[in-house]
Amino acid sequence: MKTVYEKSPGLTDVPMHYCPGCTHGIIHKLVAESLAELGVLGRTVAVAPVGCAVFAYDYFNCDAQEAAHGRAPAVATGIKRVHPDNIVFTYQGDGDLASIGMAEIVHAAMRGENITVVFVNNAIYGMTGGQMAPTTLVGQPTTTSPLGRNRLGQGAPLRICEMLATIDATAYIARVSVHSIPRLNVAKRAIKKAFQLQVENKGFSLVEVLSTCPTNWGLSPVDSLRWVEQNMIPAYPLGVYKDIEGGT
Amino acid sequence: MARKLMKGNEAIAAAAINAGCRHFFGYPITPQNEIPEYMSRELPKVGGVYLQAESEVAAINMVYGAAGAGARVLTSSSSPGISLMQEGISYIAGAELPCVLVNIMRAGPGLGGVQPAQADYFQATRGGGHGDYHVVVLAPANLQEAADLTQLAFDLADKYRNPVMVLADGMIGQLMEPVELSPYHPAAGLPPKDWATTGTAQSGGRRRIINSLYLYPDQLEQHIRAIFAKYAEIERTEVRYELHQCDDAEVVIVAYGTTSRIARSAIEKCRRLGLRVGLLRPITLYPFPFAAFPPVIERAKMFLVVEMSMGQMLDDVKIAVAGRKPISFYGRTGGIVPTPEEVVKQVQALLGGPGA
Amino acid sequence: MTEARIIVAGFGGQGILMIGKLLAHAGMMEGKQVTWLPSYGPEMRGGTANCNVIISDDLIGAPIVSEATCVIAMNLPSLDRFESSVQAGGWLLLNSSLIPRSPARHDVQTLAIPVNELAQQQGSQRVANVVMLGVYLAVSQAVQKASLIAAIEDVLGPGKRHLLEINLRALDAGIAFATKVQV
Repeated sequence: MKTVYEKSPGLTDVPMHYCPGCTHGIIHKLVAESLAELGVLGRTVAVAPVGCAVFAYDYFNCDAQEAAHGRAPAVATGIKRVHPDNIVFTYQGDGDLASIGMAEIVHAAMRGENITVVFVNNAIYGMTGGQMAPTTLVGQPTTTSPLGRNRLGQGAPLRICEMLATIDATAYIARVSVHSIPRLNVAKRAIKKAFQLQVENKGFSLVEVLSTCPTNWGLSPVDSLRWVEQNMIPAYPLGVYKDIEGGT
Repeated sequence: MARKLMKGNEAIAAAAINAGCRHFFGYPITPQNEIPEYMSRELPKVGGVYLQAESEVAAINMVYGAAGAGARVLTSSSSPGISLMQEGISYIAGAELPCVLVNIMRAGPGLGGVQPAQADYFQATRGGGHGDYHVVVLAPANLQEAADLTQLAFDLADKYRNPVMVLADGMIGQLMEPVELSPYHPAAGLPPKDWATTGTAQSGGRRRIINSLYLYPDQLEQHIRAIFAKYAEIERTEVRYELHQCDDAEVVIVAYGTTSRIARSAIEKCRRLGLRVGLLRPITLYPFPFAAFPPVIERAKMFLVVEMSMGQMLDDVKIAVAGRKPISFYGRTGGIVPTPEEVVKQVQALLGGPGA
Repeated sequence: MTEARIIVAGFGGQGILMIGKLLAHAGMMEGKQVTWLPSYGPEMRGGTANCNVIISDDLIGAPIVSEATCVIAMNLPSLDRFESSVQAGGWLLLNSSLIPRSPARHDVQTLAIPVNELAQQQGSQRVANVVMLGVYLAVSQAVQKASLIAAIEDVLGPGKRHLLEINLRALDAGIAFATKVQV
């Protein structure tokens, strides 16, 4: 029989716990495929966050460390500085990276730490039940902004890629989305490139992936994908924000 | 190696490198800055890594990552910075990683002051962060001991896969004394770090996961019980203390670190006055040397606890003495180091007269 | 048991901590127990410096000096602050180049030395601390002159070897001053 599709060797057989329609699973697959295709799985160490992806250490078929909330870039720094030949990446959500872990991500970028960051932005705290994130859109209702995020007093979304791209020591910063097949292909190329740059010791790389949260957004999976396209992308424009190799 | 006049902070740093420490992550804070300064100067010479983190929060999490990757790793700070590290220390204990922490204590609470204090005893010996765990705590009283205990700390950390803290104060950190670093040999029988995350290519495909998350209570309880089985062994085998002139002592002073030196000077003065005073000096604060007390309780009339705090180790002495003899307390705090003369006065008051 | 307990105090930049380090270093080379404890923290930024040195035949307890066998005051604020710390019969060594008053204590042995001028005569005010060290050596004999010279050589190292000669002259100037005054 001819094999037409198989699971990436970069993923374990553990069933994922993600909600129906959540795109974490797709993003895991893109990361796993990239590591497998680059032939670095056996020397990769993943750093899992606190948040929906907390069990990432069970899903990626490589060594892993589970970090405290927001501290994944610091943990990754410790690992990388001990074994510079290991490929080290963090997989973090928007509460983890853009709120409690802001100092750690900014300073890992500032040092040009030779790690890769997969930043999953779904504009909400998923794991804890749909509270407001720093990336929540203005007007978006959450359990802690029931009337919608109010710019006065609750502020406006933080744009991580735009901010980190101003830091000289970064190598590659891109924002992608997985709401459609063409976009998914672009996302895969960006993630693989980010890891490729780490393999080449080019320094800090981060790919922000716009993601869904049907459960906490209160939308169907299909409507969630549409919501990404119609509401998130205008607030978070896709593209390459920094590429030391000059590509876009 | 010959005796060398060193600052306490430098002796600790030099001993760490001597013990094979090649990774240091930290953040500047007085009065321990000579440790990161020494490490930034000396670690690169031996192929090691010094990294100044953006905060103590980041530093301790870098320690977590490096320890999980199998390195002998050190961080140092002083009281407010150690408070910031407590989250990470809890994770390190929960994930059973070895590392060495140095706290050169200054006075608190809050920003407090930069002068010597011993007011972090509770934080150090009770765990410090959230959850059921302990940090092994070693309290040097002189610089040779600071160097020796730092080397021991790395062995204990590796042996028990648990954080070990060297707890000193600003006076020990800033003091200079002769120190001799002897050639270091790791303790026999240290377990291999086959749990370290170095990539599955090096483990025959077996995935190594560093983690402290156990969402099922029965699994978490089992995990904590396993950790506490280690603590039981530590409490059995790693207790260290010193008895000084306790054989005939009517008053036994209990003091550690800097205050034990003050007590030693006070005892000498008391003895010249004909007052029979001795010293019980805990060297390990966790595990506390409860076992040292029973024979001393038999002979002593009373105990005097001296600390640079409002009375923290005092609680452990109360547990140890268990009401069998009276306990008095003399503490200075806020950065004031008590003088031997003050301690002598306390003893005289306890014994009801200026001398025998 | 003999024990020298010294407080050295003055402005930052007067080589205060160095006087203490050299004494501790020399004591260590003679196989004695030594401690050197500096003041630290914000007061250092304010420009004053002091250190406590103990040189003893026995294990040293408290490294903070409360009953000094000698106080070396290199400026007036240091005399004001530490005059009371000398034990009865102990030594009070004053830098009279900068201290206009006499000590209030009469139960101690006092020596006023114009160390800045004496240092200038050797070629530089920067060795005023070493002149004072010579004075202390002569009045206390806490360490041997040979070990102090060895300590100076050690601290200067190969990089500052050219400064050895002026330091040795300064040391001798201090010794000569103390010997002359005491006789």
